[in-house]
Amino acid sequence: MIEKPVLIRDDGLRHDGRKPEDLRPIKMQVGILKNADGSAYVEYGKTKVVAAVYGPREVHPRHLALPDRALIRCRYHMAPFSTSDRKSPAPSRREIELSKVIREALEAVIFSELYPRTSIDIFIEVLQADGGTRTTGLTAASLALADAGIPMRDLIAGVAVGKVDGVLVLDIDEVEDEYGEADMPIGYAASIDEIMLLQLNGVLTPEEFRRAIELAKEGARRIYDQMKKTLHDKYLRIIEK
Amino acid sequence: MINVSSNLKILVADRQIVRPGDILAIMEQKIMKPMYNPEKHVYIYEDKIVSAVLGLASITDNDVSVIPLEGRYFPKVGDTVIGLVVGVGITNWILDIRAPYKAVLNAGEVIENFSPITTNLRDYIDVGDYIVAKIAVFDRTRDLLLTVKGKGLGKITEGIVIEIEPSRVPRVIGKKGSMLNLLTSKTGCNILVAQNGVVWIRCKDEKSSEIAVKAIRLIESRAHMRGLTEQVRMFLDKELA
Amino acid sequence: MSLTPTKQPIIPRIKRETIKSLIRSGERIDGRKPEEYRKIQVWLNPVPKAEGSALVKLGDTTVMTGTKLEIGTPFSDRPDEGVLQVHAEFVPLASPSFEPGPPDENAIEAARVVDRCLREPRAVKLEDLVIIPGKKVWLVFNDIYLLDHDGNVIDASMLSTMLALNTAKIPKIVSIEDDNVIIDKTVKERPLPINLNVVTVSIGILEGYMIVDPTLEEEIVLDTKIVIGVDEKGRIVGIQKTGMEGIKPSQLDDIIELALKKAQELHAILREVLNNPNAYTTPLVLQ
Repeated sequence: MIEKPVLIRDDGLRHDGRKPEDLRPIKMQVGILKNADGSAYVEYGKTKVVAAVYGPREVHPRHLALPDRALIRCRYHMAPFSTSDRKSPAPSRREIELSKVIREALEAVIFSELYPRTSIDIFIEVLQADGGTRTTGLTAASLALADAGIPMRDLIAGVAVGKVDGVLVLDIDEVEDEYGEADMPIGYAASIDEIMLLQLNGVLTPEEFRRAIELAKEGARRIYDQMKKTLHDKYLRIIEK
Repeated sequence: MINVSSNLKILVADRQIVRPGDILAIMEQKIMKPMYNPEKHVYIYEDKIVSAVLGLASITDNDVSVIPLEGRYFPKVGDTVIGLVVGVGITNWILDIRAPYKAVLNAGEVIENFSPITTNLRDYIDVGDYIVAKIAVFDRTRDLLLTVKGKGLGKITEGIVIEIEPSRVPRVIGKKGSMLNLLTSKTGCNILVAQNGVVWIRCKDEKSSEIAVKAIRLIESRAHMRGLTEQVRMFLDKELA
Repeated sequence: MSLTPTKQPIIPRIKRETIKSLIRSGERIDGRKPEEYRKIQVWLNPVPKAEGSALVKLGDTTVMTGTKLEIGTPFSDRPDEGVLQVHAEFVPLASPSFEPGPPDENAIEAARVVDRCLREPRAVKLEDLVIIPGKKVWLVFNDIYLLDHDGNVIDASMLSTMLALNTAKIPKIVSIEDDNVIIDKTVKERPLPINLNVVTVSIGILEGYMIVDPTLEEEIVLDTKIVIGVDEKGRIVGIQKTGMEGIKPSQLDDIIELALKKAQELHAILREVLNNPNAYTTPLVLQ
């Protein structure tokens, strides 16, 4: 049996040297793909995700079109080379579930009634997985939607809180997810103060849950601010040229 | 229509880059149900006016709206558009007007005493032709209908056609047509900027044509900057000398 | 790829408004209070051929869970544990809008939520299911079958799963030669070892209002629901928010409080049934 690594060191730091409330280094870029109407590339530490948005555009096949609003289609998918053991390209049950929860989170902010009989297609590809792929994917998708000019109530920042060796920590990576006691991903729209995605995989007491939500909101807010800056800086680049 | 009370506390500057979720202004009274204003690209949530898209804040008198910097063209009845013929039916042509909906031009619009038995539509307009048209009917429940009955409408047979980001159209035209006037007067070209981001340029020579295109591309890339009219004037003076 | 669902059946606008305004005034369309569960009926061991089985009716929602035990190999990173697998099928006969085919995202989500709620608190004692360490273990297949859909499939699935697991019996091992294990399914040796019970509480959310155990119509109208898994010790062992609206963080305290309270009631029902199994072996009239 593989030995469980030390997740919280004697000095209180995590296995990668972070404090419990530290996010991993986060990189964000928008408008990186030529063909897509909107796109974004996001890294949370070693997790790398690209998201693209096409739409609003005509629905194919036509019978899927909804008469009063846009059809939102969302695909969360992991590249076969993204994990240490090669992952089969066929959609797994996990990818199907995550496609659903991410779509539902984004539906809560998109003004879809504006574009009846069209589709807004959101594609999330995980290029390298090191924990927090769905939250990185949600952040990337949210940026890609803004980049595409799709009207929304707010941006959604995704982050996962975990419990490792009894300690609540922010933005867990793969090791902490695998050997920890809880993994709670959330998607938070900071301006309107609403939680759009919330899952818990693990065991928490009600008190721990309350603290975990506070920690998650605080971390999500920092990511949200970085998202806003990334969108703003898209135009700064042009001024500098 | 949203009636905004006269006392608005405005939180952003004119031409400031704003993103979905950015609070633009606070109103005196609260609204019970969130309301979206598609023309202004903002929505009202409780007592806040919030940006729904990535764009530039536009503050006029006591009114707040957002000019999108991204996004596809959304059709409106009365808009002048330039469409590319992508299909020929028995009684109509199908055009791509860069919108989420296909546009239809009925044969009767172009051909007097049209009869499907005796007339071959492709003798008049074929796949690959550009047509200047107006949107006659668009009610979101069926296909968009175009008309070419009017001055300056019809098949394009000379000059060049370029595509720009539809969100940049207001900038290329300018306040009260000032930017467009600058372009046409300096280059001596005939320039039609359609609402769907397609531009038809007819010049007396190749050089003027090239310069006109470069100037438009310059406006397109710097649409969010101040003092753009001056920059364009300087550019044109330099190139045309 | 996940698509915006077209919720079937189509609920007329008047009915939608009625359901919503009732909830805002603390009532529900079937007369229940916001915090009330529908009538729960249980039939233990309806499928004797399975190692364990249970049928639960939650109002009109009917779920049958069958537990099958087979010999298999353990996961390579967990050689000293049996394997638990949870699957769900929303079979076409359960609803006019279900079509034949592989499980859709709703069935997959339901199965995975139940799976996580069992796995995380270690409800099944997987360490006790080893036959030859590293080579042969018991595989516990838990298959959830939705037979009639009237909302809140997850709570009904969790109850029927818990009952099926609790009443499951492990077949006798006749012989072990090298790595070959011979079993006799007609003879049951011991019950499947269970550490603790888990229930889920599904709460529908409309604006600031909460309703427990939504019916299908309520689910369609409210759209947003949060499922909280709670074990016997009052710990939160799983959460799944579903639906296309946001939830205010300030609401979470109320949601958890309500979930913990209802979980205690559901755990009491489980205990009552498992302490008096003979009272629940009468076939239910499926109507």
